[in-house]
Parts: sequence; structure tokens; C-alpha cells
Amino acid sequence: MVCQLCKQKEATVHLTQIVDETMKKLDLCEACAKQKGVNDPAGFSFAELLLGAAESPEATTEAVDELRCKRCGHTQADFKKAGRLGCSDCYTVFADALEGLLKGMHRGTRHRGKIPAAMRRQVEQEAILERLNGELSAAIVREDFEQAARLRDEIKVAKATV
Amino acid sequence: MNLLEFLIPTAEVCRRAGPQDRIVYSSRVRLARNLPSTPFPGHGKKADRMRAYETLLPVVKELPEMADSMAESMDHLTPLEKQVLVERHLISRDHAARGAGSGFVLNREESFCVMINEEDHLRMQALRPGLQLRQAWLAIDALDTVLQERIGFAFSAERGYLTACPTNLGTGIRVSAMLHLPGLVLSEQIGQILKAVNDIGLAVRGLYGEGTEALGNIFQVSNQMTLGESETEIVERINKVLLQVIEHEENARVGLLEKKAKVVFNHVGRAYGILSHSHTISSKETMNLLSLLRLGVDIGMLPAASRSMVDELLLITQPAHLQTLFTRREKLGADERDILRADVLRERLKGLDRPDHMALGGAGPALSGADI
Repeated sequence: MVCQLCKQKEATVHLTQIVDETMKKLDLCEACAKQKGVNDPAGFSFAELLLGAAESPEATTEAVDELRCKRCGHTQADFKKAGRLGCSDCYTVFADALEGLLKGMHRGTRHRGKIPAAMRRQVEQEAILERLNGELSAAIVREDFEQAARLRDEIKVAKATV
Repeated sequence: MNLLEFLIPTAEVCRRAGPQDRIVYSSRVRLARNLPSTPFPGHGKKADRMRAYETLLPVVKELPEMADSMAESMDHLTPLEKQVLVERHLISRDHAARGAGSGFVLNREESFCVMINEEDHLRMQALRPGLQLRQAWLAIDALDTVLQERIGFAFSAERGYLTACPTNLGTGIRVSAMLHLPGLVLSEQIGQILKAVNDIGLAVRGLYGEGTEALGNIFQVSNQMTLGESETEIVERINKVLLQVIEHEENARVGLLEKKAKVVFNHVGRAYGILSHSHTISSKETMNLLSLLRLGVDIGMLPAASRSMVDELLLITQPAHLQTLFTRREKLGADERDILRADVLRERLKGLDRPDHMALGGAGPALSGADI
């Protein structure tokens, strides 16, 4: 078996982890495993590895790698390489890649801590909007268009106050 | 302003007391914050970094907590001065490596230190002696609230405070305590304890943080997860874990004195012998032996009052402190440092009587083969 990272040396380190309820396997040679810190229990290297290399090749097409933050010029490839974002806007730009990464890294993917006073109202509004949008989709699915129209109006009002 | 004149003298720093300070050296809570839509320090161009620095510095300096403080740009410090700050755990090793466009603001009591343009635009820390995680959190929370009103940090309802590295995302909080665990090391229970601490999602590191060795039986315990739970939940969990580690350490010490008293006496006595008689000694050996001397104080072989002296020796024998305090020469080689370190130790330990195992409660454990 050949190492999935360098694709040259024989893979001797085999990792298995459940990510998003699917089993992910990773086969690495010793040099790559060491370089990625696989033996370091303190790190989050597995999550980074999954994002960087083990993700199925089809998912990480060139187009995705070319995703670029308009604000700071950081690309998805930069993010994968350094494990760091370029600016706060990057969190919106690379949201898809982040979602899976955060799941393996933290207790949850939603902030449950301190909210700046000035943001509290907005955060509440956003939560309301999110709930209404969810209800709207559900109403459309069950073809309850009367309810959907009501929700659409409510959303319009909520959006105006954000 | 001169950094070394501003810093609290080493003897005074080591006399500061806190809860559980037999085992917990210090507590720290750090928050990572960033300016919205501005490149993070590690990504932006120098001009971006300078602009962020110019924006943040005056606001941080104006905080009431920072009324009496020192602010300095990293490029105005000598490598030795930067290293002194690292040895005091006031700035990170990463921050010490930075230059123009990065800096710090430190208050007179050394209870707050804010790093500007470290990995994030702001890394603000509250520092307390002993186990005071809650107090440190409340202090830095208040400081953050005021700064938030004046600056407005990058924040999203879903992800919380946005940070350069996703490992700090959400609360941006790092809660940590520095522990002295010689009992667990000597009784060989440390691996088990550290594994348990690791398994519940906390990180254990050496004296100077990430990727450093646990010299002098000193371990730093901190949270790794920052998203998905509140700051208070994180603080309380670590606090609970630390109280358990402290209990295990105390039990290990009692167990050692019951079953292997001679081994402990031997360690402490030899540590004293080497530290007070050597003519050249490395930093690593010094730290490991001073740890045993500190254990000697804790179990009563040395007077309780000498703990702050032992702690001061640990600080002043670090390379940068040694060079700034005891020589005018800017750069000493490692060999020269080892000689100077031994000279300082011999001189200081003249004032400390030999460890006395008879000073322990009772007549001391009876000597038998099983002790060893």
C-alpha cells in the first residue's frame, strides 16, 4: 500500500476515525505521519489531515482550491496549507470546508459563549430569521402555501429590522 | 521606559501568594480578538499590520486597568529583554519572535498583559498567582467588554469571535494553569493522570507552552476546545479537573512519605547537595533539582518560608534572567552561563540550612529495607 500523502513510500501508519458518521481511513508512510504530527495526541492533526489530504479526491477539485476571499486574497489552498484564515471574512468564504473541520475540533460548531452587547439584538434577530426560514421550507414541502405566504411576509418584516 | 526597571523584582514576584500555591504556580485566562474585515497579523502586509497596531495600541493603553502600564513595540526590545518576558510567562515565544507592528501592554501589577498582533490582533491575558481561574476570567471578561465597546471585534452569531486559527474560534478563550507535580512524577502515576486529563479534551504541555518539555515537573493544563460551550462552562470544567489533580498530587506525596520516605529524602538531599556545591550546571538540571528542593519545602524538610526563595532561584537561573541580572555582557555562551548559574546558586543557597528529614512530624519513618 502506498502512502496517500507523498504517494511514494510504503504506508505503515493506518488511521481510522469516524467523521460525520462515516468511517474515514488514512494510510501514511512513517515520514508523512511524523510530519503531520499523527503521533501527537495534543494536536488536531487528524481533522486537518482529513481536510487537507484524505477528503475524497473528487470533492477537492481545483475549482474549490481556487476559492478566494475578496477581502484579503486568501485562497482555500492557503487555508489548507497553513490551517489559518486570512481575515474574518474568510469564515464566510470558506464556510463549507470549515464545517467538517470544526466538528472534529470542538465540542460544537455553534457559538454558545459571550455575545457583544451591541450584537445581542442582531443575534436574536438572526435566530428568529433562521427559525422562520426553516418553517417556510417545511411549509413549502407540505404544500401549505397559505402558511408559506404568511411566513414569507414575516421574514420580510424580520429582515427589515436586522 | 526601561523594561527591567518596570518589571516587578524577582524576589517580590515569587513572594506573591495565591490559593493552592503549594501545587499551582499560576492561573491565566487569555482571549483572542480581531478587528473585523482586516487581514489577520500573520496574513496581512506590513502596512495592514502597522495600521491595526496604531488603531489598537492607544485604546488598550487607555483602559482603566492599564492606567499604570508599560507599552512597547517588539522591535524596540533586545532579544534578551524579549526572552525575559517569555521566562516570566508574560508573552508567548511566538510573540517574542515578532518585530515592528507587534507589541505588548503590561500593567504595573503584572496582572494583565495584552499582546497586539500576535497570531490574532489582540491576545489579552489576565494572570493570577495560585489557582484563580474564575477570578482571572472575570477580570479579562470586564476588560474585553470595555474594549468591545470601543473597537467592535470580528464576531458572527453562529461562530462567535472570529480568530486566525479555527482552533480558537468561538469564545477565543484559553484557560490554563501551571502545576508542580513532583509527587505524581516520583510515584510514576503522572502518565496515567496526564492521559486522563487528555482524554477529557484538555491539553498538557511543558513550562513554555506548545511543544515544550515538562522540565522541573511543571505542567501546563489548558482547554483545547473553544466553540460549542460557554466561557464559564470551560472555566468550571478545568477548575474541577485541576482540583482533582491537586488531590492526586497531595495523595501521591503522602503515599511516597509512607512507603518510600528514604527515596524522597535522598532526592531532596542530593538536590540540595548538587545545587549548593556545583561549579557548572545546566538550566535543565537546575530546574529538575529545584523542583525536588521545592518538594522538600512542601513536606517540611526545609522551612516553609524558603519556598519563595526556591521559586526565585527557578526564575533567576533561566538564561535571560541570569544574563540580565548578573552580568553586563550582552551575550554569554552556554558554557559560561552554566558556570554563572552555579555561582549564583552556591551563593544564594548559603542562606538555606541543609534539608532535615527529622523536622517532619514524629521521629520520621523507621528505616527498613522496604523503604528503598
